[in-house]
Amino acid sequence: MRSINLPLWITIKFLFIIHLLSVNFVYAEAKQTVNIAYLTQEQKVPPPLSNLDAFIKDKGVLGSALAIDDNNTTGQFTGQQFVLKKFIVPLDGNVVDTFNKDIGDQYSYVVVNLPADALNKIADLPAAKQKLLFDVATIDDALRNEQCRNNVRHILPNRAMRADALAQYMMKKRWNKWFLVIGATEEDRLFADALRRAAKRFGMKIVEEKTWEHTYDARRTAQSDVAVFTQVDDYDVLVVADEQGQFGEYLEYRTWNARPVIGTQGLVATAWHRTHEQWGAVQIQNRFKDQAGRWMEEQDYAAYLAVRAIGEAATRTKSNDVNRLNEYMLSDAFALQGYKGNPLSFRSWDGQLRQPVLLAAPRSLVAVAPIEGFLHPKTELDTLGFDQPESTCKWSK
Amino acid sequence: MKKNVLGLFLTVALTGAAQAETVFVTLEKDNALAVVDPISGKLIKTVDIGQRPRGIAISPDNKFLYVATSDENTIKIIDAETLKEAGKLPSGEDPETFALNPAGDRLYVSNEDDSQVTVIDIKHKKAVKQIKVGVEPEGITVSPDNLWVASASETTNMVHWIDTKTNAIVENTLVDPRPRALGFTADSQQLWVTSEMAGTLMILDVKTKQIVKTIKFDVQGVTVDKIQPVGVVIDKDRKRGYVALGPANRVAVINAQTFEVEKYLLVGQRVWNLAFSPDQKRLYTTNGTSNDISLIDLETQMVTKSIGVGTYPWGVAVKP
Repeated sequence: MRSINLPLWITIKFLFIIHLLSVNFVYAEAKQTVNIAYLTQEQKVPPPLSNLDAFIKDKGVLGSALAIDDNNTTGQFTGQQFVLKKFIVPLDGNVVDTFNKDIGDQYSYVVVNLPADALNKIADLPAAKQKLLFDVATIDDALRNEQCRNNVRHILPNRAMRADALAQYMMKKRWNKWFLVIGATEEDRLFADALRRAAKRFGMKIVEEKTWEHTYDARRTAQSDVAVFTQVDDYDVLVVADEQGQFGEYLEYRTWNARPVIGTQGLVATAWHRTHEQWGAVQIQNRFKDQAGRWMEEQDYAAYLAVRAIGEAATRTKSNDVNRLNEYMLSDAFALQGYKGNPLSFRSWDGQLRQPVLLAAPRSLVAVAPIEGFLHPKTELDTLGFDQPESTCKWSK
Repeated sequence: MKKNVLGLFLTVALTGAAQAETVFVTLEKDNALAVVDPISGKLIKTVDIGQRPRGIAISPDNKFLYVATSDENTIKIIDAETLKEAGKLPSGEDPETFALNPAGDRLYVSNEDDSQVTVIDIKHKKAVKQIKVGVEPEGITVSPDNLWVASASETTNMVHWIDTKTNAIVENTLVDPRPRALGFTADSQQLWVTSEMAGTLMILDVKTKQIVKTIKFDVQGVTVDKIQPVGVVIDKDRKRGYVALGPANRVAVINAQTFEVEKYLLVGQRVWNLAFSPDQKRLYTTNGTSNDISLIDLETQMVTKSIGVGTYPWGVAVKP
């Protein structure tokens, strides 16, 4: 197990707090404070492909706000207080400056809602060395492998976990022959890589592979474009990699042969979805909607889990010490309730949160992966993504 | 199966000893109450009860049923004979589980979305107190000696001990994740608490409020994540306790003296709540996704019957 070396004064302070705490447990007066920072940057509004979905500016932050309330409801009984401070860097601002100046040594826990390159830039700063960063935005496989950082925990399922979830479902349905359609962006190519890996893992066959090169605003031409584009050798299912949603929505119902669409559109793999209501999920959907006035998005769910993970570890260890909490979070004892049936926990080899992945159609939850029958000697959740022997992340070794 | 049923039928017919009793089951998706004669194994009738009925209890004098109709934000008082509505209780929002005190004049409701417990004076049909508890309170029960209300909050992972005299929390016990249901032993000395996520049953000592024993369930051929303990009941002699294991489709039989798991009984799918017959010779289980209830004969420790009742059976109450 890795450890973060803390200055002596923090350790002494921590011991002192523990001493105070041991006296009382019901509405404890001696408050132990857990300070959490939330760091994000304003985003440029992307051009809308469809007028149906309004751009949501505050994905993530509202989830962390709900979790802080939940932590403090628990904290009133344990003598712990959780404080969340938001740092929203303007579009032309510099996240590194904000991190160094404002987050500095005041916060041990930072929820980071930033793209992959910015995340690692921050993780490598000297000021970040003795902190735990909770990534609630990226899904990059590289960040869980060769580019992993020992002070980062990843909450959202990465591309490989999503692709494996989809592949398990397709295997169960015996949709063995895939027609892979890939968009033009780098992200689309990365997801296509994850899909190819999944196909190989589960013995599926990619019988045809094409890159979508047509115009993006296909609202008027999709009918003819897609029909022509999809005249390929026979396949069972069209698997699409279009993360920004530039053309994927136009594929369904327009393919030359009648085939289901799955991937980034049609049936999608996601950490959270508005159709999900099992395992108490309807409760958190309602609580979030009451507070936020909109549905809970994936990043909201991730930020909720990040702050709840800190809360759960602090409650169980009766501590606010980053070293202690980190050790607990990576141990077998850590079990986070995430409204998806199984308890969630962190993979000790790459810091990824292991969790079920939802497979959802726009208005119905179709399945939850791991799909029944996919077995694993330790936990079936590790049939999704990079299992310990496959991981190329070196920090834990 | 058929043979078993016939066998039991013959036994009953010959001895004629089995008491007549009525089993009431709330049907969450049918918005109805199923009325079952368990001895003949027949669904007598189904009556409309209101939107999304879940928690159910019967008054100590067996005259009234209380049914939480969650989507109507109320708990209905139902005449146990005529099955007509006799009144409504102000339960707070989205009532799911609740508990009656032994005297039958107080009702304690978990308000999941508001993180509170509402105390209702039944006679005056009034909410007399709202007590702030942890996030998403679910299981709730009153000790037979009427000293304690125990409330479990699923996201805070705590049992809150509420003093019935002051209606205030006096102590909290941190338990395994997502505690679901709880039940006191008849002597009020122990509180049994199930954890859905850890797959455990915890025995708490009422005097110290500490966990004295944790039992981890392990069913051969069933993966760990399917073992999600929910309903729990303990017999009056504290010989055995029974825990419904949710999607593991089993009821665990636990020796209440040694805390060993003696047996796992296969029942219907997603077994949720449990209730004894008045003489404690039988146990009834609601099976959420197979739409039936199972009848367990406690003398032979065998599942003797399953009776189809309707969609999503949730709660169960028995009238002698």
